[in-house]
Amino acid sequence: MPTYQLQVNGKATTVEASEDSPVLWVLRDHLNLVGTKYGCGIAQCGSCTIHLDGEAVRSCSITMTQVVGKSITTIEGLSEDGSHPVQQAWKEVDVPQCGYCQAGQIMTASAFLEKNPNPTEEDIKTAMNANICRCAAYNRIHKAVTLAAEKMV
Amino acid sequence: MSTRTSIPFSRRAFLKSSSLASGGLLIGFNLFTACKPKAVESPMDLSSLDYQDFNAFIKIAKNGAVTIFSPNPEIGQGVKTSMPMIIAEELDVAWDMVHVEQGILDTQNYTRQVAGGSQSIRFGWDALRTTGATAKQMLINAAAARWGVEASECTVSEGVITNAKGDTLGYGDLVEEAAKLETPEEVTLKEPKDYKIIGTGKVNVDIDEIVTGKPLFGLDYKTEGMVYASVMRPPAFGQKLESFDATEAKAMPNVVDVIQVGDKIAVLAKDTWSAMKAKKALKAEWKADTKLESSEDHDRILKGLLNGNKFETLRADGNVQKAFAEADNVLERTYESPFLPHNCMEPMNFFAHVTDEKIHLVGPIQTPEGTAGRIAEMLERDANDVHLEMTRQGGGFGRRLYGDFAIEAAEISNKARLPVKVVFSREDDMADGIYRPAIKYRIKASVKDGQITGYHLKEAAINSNMYGLIPNFFPAGAIENYQVDVAKYDSNITTGAWRAPYTNFLAYAEQSFFDELFEMMEVDKIQMRLDLLEKVKGTTDERIQYSPERMQEVIKTAVEKSGWGKQADGVYQGFVAYYCHNSHVAEVADVQIEGGMPVVKKVTCVVDCGIVVNTLGALNQAEGGVIDGIGHAMYGQFGFDSGMPTATNYDKYRLIRMQEAPKVTAHFIQNEYSPTGLGEPTLPPAGGAVANAFKAATGKRIYKQPFMENPEFWRLSDQPILG
Repeated sequence: MPTYQLQVNGKATTVEASEDSPVLWVLRDHLNLVGTKYGCGIAQCGSCTIHLDGEAVRSCSITMTQVVGKSITTIEGLSEDGSHPVQQAWKEVDVPQCGYCQAGQIMTASAFLEKNPNPTEEDIKTAMNANICRCAAYNRIHKAVTLAAEKMV
Repeated sequence: MSTRTSIPFSRRAFLKSSSLASGGLLIGFNLFTACKPKAVESPMDLSSLDYQDFNAFIKIAKNGAVTIFSPNPEIGQGVKTSMPMIIAEELDVAWDMVHVEQGILDTQNYTRQVAGGSQSIRFGWDALRTTGATAKQMLINAAAARWGVEASECTVSEGVITNAKGDTLGYGDLVEEAAKLETPEEVTLKEPKDYKIIGTGKVNVDIDEIVTGKPLFGLDYKTEGMVYASVMRPPAFGQKLESFDATEAKAMPNVVDVIQVGDKIAVLAKDTWSAMKAKKALKAEWKADTKLESSEDHDRILKGLLNGNKFETLRADGNVQKAFAEADNVLERTYESPFLPHNCMEPMNFFAHVTDEKIHLVGPIQTPEGTAGRIAEMLERDANDVHLEMTRQGGGFGRRLYGDFAIEAAEISNKARLPVKVVFSREDDMADGIYRPAIKYRIKASVKDGQITGYHLKEAAINSNMYGLIPNFFPAGAIENYQVDVAKYDSNITTGAWRAPYTNFLAYAEQSFFDELFEMMEVDKIQMRLDLLEKVKGTTDERIQYSPERMQEVIKTAVEKSGWGKQADGVYQGFVAYYCHNSHVAEVADVQIEGGMPVVKKVTCVVDCGIVVNTLGALNQAEGGVIDGIGHAMYGQFGFDSGMPTATNYDKYRLIRMQEAPKVTAHFIQNEYSPTGLGEPTLPPAGGAVANAFKAATGKRIYKQPFMENPEFWRLSDQPILG
């Protein structure tokens, strides 16, 4: 089985994994980074969202060969202590119900706000539409993204 | 139903205090034997779950730190926050002194499974308050004894006891003495006006862990030597395993073993991906054991049942046939719904490690005690061998009431003699479900001299019918001639409870029907509802649980809050009012036409669930329930073709997303009634509010869920139907 050199949350990491393994399962099962969640495995729900060189990507649908030489950030590495403005906004708004999809929501929102720090309501809806929340906490997710944008100014 | 009612249970049976080995006071209590109400509105018989001794605890350490072990499974409904809030209120400690932990306290003295069941707050209200108040009284008694004063002269605020002279002692100073005292026979509970924690907004106790991605959920659990199991189950309902060849799968990297358990084949591997991949390499032959059923069959059969005469009558008042025969006008409509999968965001999974010494189980489960018992029985083991730990749960919606996934994990671990985590893929989760059954309702009502004289509801459902008190919900008691008849067809497709069982579809059917009936009668839709409820006031019929007064209040409040009848041009409204899970709800949906399509822009939701424990959590439940209800009414399309599900992932099965989610404004009626359900009641009426608003906007009615699958409705515009 091949060995890969990865940059995960700012650290150089070596991992042995099959080349067709989705990055999601390598993070979860090999690197013990279980904050990134499995939801559908076909890039439809967004639970597994991570940042690859700052871009929000679905880790269930990219393989190891696609991440070599790139920098991966997971929810565990978004901030040292949960102090990222998006995480702070999530706490202030008390977004989660079951909480399972929220890591993916936060990763999508944080990458989006880096690119669009001053979003309209419609921009937020479009950006967050790829992430499913089965508890349907959509009103609060929207509110938290708006609040995070204010915090990031 | 008032909060001040005396508490009808034996205190000795449910409370016990003792010293902790490490120092401190421990109070154990049994939530369920203490407070099980007479009428249980639940598809599960809670008494059969065999809760043993204590299932919840308060621990007060010598330094005054309070740990509350939250007794119930947390599935996103917020009880891990709200139940400890109730204890902390009566214990009289500051919320920031409280640490909340899920699950069991695994000491030598107390090893008990935590219990689960629906309607946590309603069941727990008296017991949680009494437990907090008892602990407080014991600490006061200990302080009074030390000071040599009467307990009655001591006062408490935020964990500090003060006597008449002004001396103070903290709870932590008193735990050793308090633990030696008798549990008091009577305690005084606070008046709602004195609440400091109940009725405020407290953030989810797991919030820091959730936003930083800490391991919390069943899928996150790991232990040394654990293998992952991906299980191949019969692809169609009605099939059994004939034979299989695992040669190729076994030769794949990281695969540990392939074993058969019953009609299933489990691939065990060192990581999830290897297990999932090797499962695809299995070659299995299946044979039909019973009929392979299709949704077309079900449609035909259920319609046949509605047209037939083989019903069980659940309630019959007066004579509906006579009312219909004598009517000026009769309206009859049929409403249809599909099966629905639960689609918890965290797919089903469970850890099991069966050894000669014990059975260790870890994972997300709504019925831990019952499931542990079933596993002990299946493996012919002593119930005391089972040790079950609950994790936070990535959604429940009823699916995790059924312990099939945990039983499967135990079966596999027992055979493999390895620590095993069974992981369902999304496809497994949707294809091996325990679904909301497909149901059809036919409702017929008669009108004579401007009055509704008869109402006849018929239900035809797969596998099981409406239960408990549902036949006594509105309009029972409001219409003289009233009848509810049910019939079912036994299918080999597994079905069960889905968030707000039965009412999740019945509310839409009934509320849509009333909207149409009121239009036929040319009456004011609000006044007619109020008039019907007026007739129920003072009823002596004990089966009627809804309150006409409380229902009228939510209706009037919804009229006011939504601007009913005063909406702007181009805004079309739909009104509903519904009682279920002991709460009263009214909702108004605002629809506008955009690009030729009716679009739900806003929903006003008014809830009377008695005292609101956690205002932040309550709003979240209400908003989520409304959007979830709309999402499934609009898009949830699921059925079977020769026993196989028609969708197994989100490319073919549509869940509501942010762009379709309306703005929900929720309002709670302020009163001092004991709290009732909130995880479910806002969901059932939402579909009806939308359907009625669609009618107002387009002139057309929808009789079938999901709404998107009604081409004749959407054909009103030139725009293509959204897919």
